[in-house]
Amino acid sequence: MAGMKGYLDRLRPLFAKGGRYEKYYPVFEMVDGFFYSSPETTHHAPHVRDGIDLKRLMVYVVVALIPCILWSWFNTGYQANLALAKMGMAKTGWRYDLLATLHIGFDAGSILANTVHGFLYFLPIYLVTLIVGGIWETVFSTVRQKEINEGFLVTSMLFTLTLPPNMPLWMVAIGISFGVVLGKEIFGGTGKNFLNPALTARAFLFFAYPAEISGDRVWVAVDGYSGATALSLGKVGGVDEIIKGGLTWWNAFLGLVPGSLGETSTLACLLGAAFLIYTGVASWRIIVGCFVGMVGASLLFNMIGSETNPMVAMPWYWHLVLGGFAFGAVFMATDPVSAAMTSAGRWAFGILIGAMTVLIRVANPAFPEGVMLTILFANVFAPLIDYTVIQLNIRRRLRRHVRV
Amino acid sequence: MMDLVNLFIKAVFVENLALTFFLGMCTFLAVSKKIGTALGLGIAVVVVQSLTIPINNLIYQFLIRDGALAWAGLSEMSLDFLGLITYISVIAAVVQVLEMFLDRYVPSLYNSLGIFLPLITVNCAILGGCLFMVERDYNFSESVTYGVGSGVGWALAIVAMAGVREKLKYSDIPEGLQGLGVTFITAGLMALGFMAFSGIQL
Repeated sequence: MAGMKGYLDRLRPLFAKGGRYEKYYPVFEMVDGFFYSSPETTHHAPHVRDGIDLKRLMVYVVVALIPCILWSWFNTGYQANLALAKMGMAKTGWRYDLLATLHIGFDAGSILANTVHGFLYFLPIYLVTLIVGGIWETVFSTVRQKEINEGFLVTSMLFTLTLPPNMPLWMVAIGISFGVVLGKEIFGGTGKNFLNPALTARAFLFFAYPAEISGDRVWVAVDGYSGATALSLGKVGGVDEIIKGGLTWWNAFLGLVPGSLGETSTLACLLGAAFLIYTGVASWRIIVGCFVGMVGASLLFNMIGSETNPMVAMPWYWHLVLGGFAFGAVFMATDPVSAAMTSAGRWAFGILIGAMTVLIRVANPAFPEGVMLTILFANVFAPLIDYTVIQLNIRRRLRRHVRV
Repeated sequence: MMDLVNLFIKAVFVENLALTFFLGMCTFLAVSKKIGTALGLGIAVVVVQSLTIPINNLIYQFLIRDGALAWAGLSEMSLDFLGLITYISVIAAVVQVLEMFLDRYVPSLYNSLGIFLPLITVNCAILGGCLFMVERDYNFSESVTYGVGSGVGWALAIVAMAGVREKLKYSDIPEGLQGLGVTFITAGLMALGFMAFSGIQL
């Protein structure tokens, strides 16, 4: 490692001001900053002395995602192997060749076989996201002479985990381009945007290529295998239909259900949430707010009741474990840039997300899942929520002042 | 009653005039720099919208539509061709009254809205609301609900837009996009968020 440090330090003058590659300083800074902490200090006020900086903050989020990532490998492989066993179809393609060469096989009972199989689906999507998004990030940073930010690592990981495993790679590339360029870089990069870039990318794909990602078909990584997702089963016949489809609450909680790569397991999301709240990276108010809003809205719907719409009767503990609610509430809604900033505002923001998610799941036949769009909608209103909270506070203090 | 509540919610969110039909864009983009002003204009639009649509509805029902003049014994007559010009005149009159009212009682808002207050007259969101009312053949109570709802929806959109733009003041936007460019992109991204409601059935 010492040699590497020396090598980077020797390169530094080339990229520093007046050096030959002055233009590409952001790229050098990124590589250097990736391995070692930056020798540079903040240039402008305000200066905050703290052990935690943006880099560590972002790395914490990636650490919190580890349970979800590992689970995504296992579950994607598990679902694919199950489907293969059920259909008994011919195994062709590079993944099958590789698995056969390595003698890992396709046994759905073996953890290793499942994990490796799922990893082979995760890896290409993640690589495409990293490379294409990274190119955009580098282009913007180089042209505009800005630091390349670790925030992108989080965005790319979150985006990957929200995709179905059999997403065509060129769509992945288009999606992340839209998310990074129009969702973030247009506004000046990390910390300057108003929508969550990963969700912007996901929503763009959702509307641009609805056939691939609409969520009506089961998201199992095997060609020609189709069925209905748990939420669309719920649309047809409520919880009874889901259980008839072979799903138990515990399976849904653990994440042994077909779905997008990383958002099936509520348990993994809760582990991540515990870490994020413990380290103070995510706001517990938003997460609890989401939960409160979701429980409140589903209890309200349960009370109203309906004869035609079976989703109305779905209890809150099913809403919690199905679809991407937990993933969205823990990792997407708590994005510190696009969420509300005031404490009271965070409660309102979380409750809005929770309640509206249930509303869309129940009342909107067009989308079986509502978390993604709900969070984008709440992002749009987050500045307004903050504004209201601040104005109310000003008014309250004025009144207190006058009374004394 | 439930129908009217549904119509109201539909007018506010599902068929938001600004973010799903992109009507009234000129004022939407121009007067959304500050939340206070945007809120003022939003309220002005709500007032104009909830006055003009019911008034136009009455005019449409009893004077203009095919066979509307039956009460005067002229059931053969149709004044359809006078539709557009009548709706615009009603809007202009209401806006004029509103302007005089604001000038007298809320001069600060009157001054900050400036030219955009008289421009409500030609705001396509207002005329669009009237034409939707005619096209969908609303009765009087529906037209009141639709008027208030569509106005509230437009106001909500412009206030949210102003909130986002106040936040974007701290952004570092590339030179060529500063001002209107990024505002257009912002409007598009906001519409993406509003897509959550498309297709909702209550």
